[in-house]
Amino acid sequence: MSAPSSGPGSSGESGVTRAEYCAVACAEVFRGDGEVMASAFGTAPALGARLARLTFAPDLVLTDGDAALVAGVPALGADPSGLLLESHMPYRRVFDTVWSGRRNLIMMASQIDRTGNQNISAIGDWARPKVQLIGVRGAPGNTVNHSTSYWVPAHSTRSFVEQVDVVSGVGYARAEAAGPSATRFHEIRRVVSNLGVFDFETPDHAMRLRSVHPGVSVDEVTEATGFALVVPPDVPETRQPTPEELELLRTVLDPRGLRDREVRP
Amino acid sequence: MADKRLTLDELVGELSSGMTIGIGGWGSRRKPMAAVRAILRSDLTDLTVVSYGGPDVGLLCAAGKVAKVVYGFVTLDSIPTDPHFKVARQTGAVESMELDEGMFYLGLLAASQRVPFLPTRAGLGSDVMVVNPSLRTVVSPYEDGEELVAVPALRLDAALVHVNRADAKGSGQILGPDPFFDDLFLGAAERRFVTTERFVDTDRFASEGALQTLCISRLLTDGVVETEGGAHFTACVPDYPRDEAFQKEYVAAAGDPDAWSAFTERFLAVDEAAYQVAVGQATTERAARTAAERAASGQGGRP
Repeated sequence: MSAPSSGPGSSGESGVTRAEYCAVACAEVFRGDGEVMASAFGTAPALGARLARLTFAPDLVLTDGDAALVAGVPALGADPSGLLLESHMPYRRVFDTVWSGRRNLIMMASQIDRTGNQNISAIGDWARPKVQLIGVRGAPGNTVNHSTSYWVPAHSTRSFVEQVDVVSGVGYARAEAAGPSATRFHEIRRVVSNLGVFDFETPDHAMRLRSVHPGVSVDEVTEATGFALVVPPDVPETRQPTPEELELLRTVLDPRGLRDREVRP
Repeated sequence: MADKRLTLDELVGELSSGMTIGIGGWGSRRKPMAAVRAILRSDLTDLTVVSYGGPDVGLLCAAGKVAKVVYGFVTLDSIPTDPHFKVARQTGAVESMELDEGMFYLGLLAASQRVPFLPTRAGLGSDVMVVNPSLRTVVSPYEDGEELVAVPALRLDAALVHVNRADAKGSGQILGPDPFFDDLFLGAAERRFVTTERFVDTDRFASEGALQTLCISRLLTDGVVETEGGAHFTACVPDYPRDEAFQKEYVAAAGDPDAWSAFTERFLAVDEAAYQVAVGQATTERAARTAAERAASGQGGRP
């Protein structure tokens, strides 16, 4: 079925907000993961990793966002001094972990393109950019070493582009062109935006619309995307949170409602 | 035994224009800012700066000290980008070498180990290989035949790092949770300088922190400078957190030429002791302003 539009933000009687669908979609990125380090940038990904850890991915290893692994599952914005730590994870060990492959990551993307290249380096020509962003950071190494997904809280033709300006995170076509050492551990698992969920499960690894969040139409998604998405004949809706998941999100993981500041209800 | 204690001016006197200088820390954390400020006051120029970049890179760019930046990112952590570095890049004022941050680590490690390169998967397929045409790959000589990036050694003429405690002989103690790559910056450099919050006698180290906090050995250092508050406004835990209010003022001032001249005059045209006094005064003024605003909104605000 094609999802009908039913107003922005929430899906009618359930009262589930868009941000909550995004958090659940991010949690799904970690389904099936065993004992790997979950790294998650942005509010919905941070909630998703914690939600997965509390429900269907109990062996996930969470970080404190600084230099340690945490034993518990803290709420967003919790006082770091109160966290129960289980291991030391300074940056040098983060690289060891990245290169060992025992990590699953959701990064942000200023731009993402049809074959999964991501850009956080610069807008325009790299040599003299129109806008200098943060830099490639660890994106090149992450993407060729372990599963990587992306979170784009503001889906638009400016963020979903035909070709990113600077390939920071490596997509499928670029990895294939670089050869077997680049493809050996490469996986771009998902892209989650405020409008829907995307993957690369197509013959040529072109980005596919996997689901639309309830309240979003397929047309809204394709119009906000700067390239031809693969759109299957029947696009499902992003799944509903279970009552347990909603309870965890609202009362345990994000009692202050930070999720609704990132994606407005 | 050698006494390696120096003053900031003596440290800067050991540097010269055109050098490649590595700066320790990470983003807006435990940066040797007092040493950076001393460079700003010097006549040094044409530097290549190698850094997990934060406001060190921005300030040096703003002062026209930089010919080239080698980086994986430049960030203020709580603020995503440094305004001066942005301008330097967007106006083409500096040459750049942008690396994956793991490649950067391997480049320092290779230099420390005196090998020409170290192999990694990181970088393959990305534009790091395109925008740095000097980068090469290497084919494994073993039966796997894998083709990997050969990260070149990032050799440094000098390195500057900031630690929590040090002794006069040049051993350094990092009390925060992450030593970052400071030992490798020192290992990769010809001339190695440590600034520290406080000198302690060697026999005091054990009461300051566990053995693994003593991660900068005197094998890695040539000179050490005591400079309390020397990482300000970046974080230097557990001695002090990042001065977020000051960092915001730094960013705001950078966006306006008049405000930047005023900022420069007040904080950068003065020596380190005067800088620390000015920071204290700015903190007091800010607190007074906040109190006044609260009072005004409480009394004069609408019901």
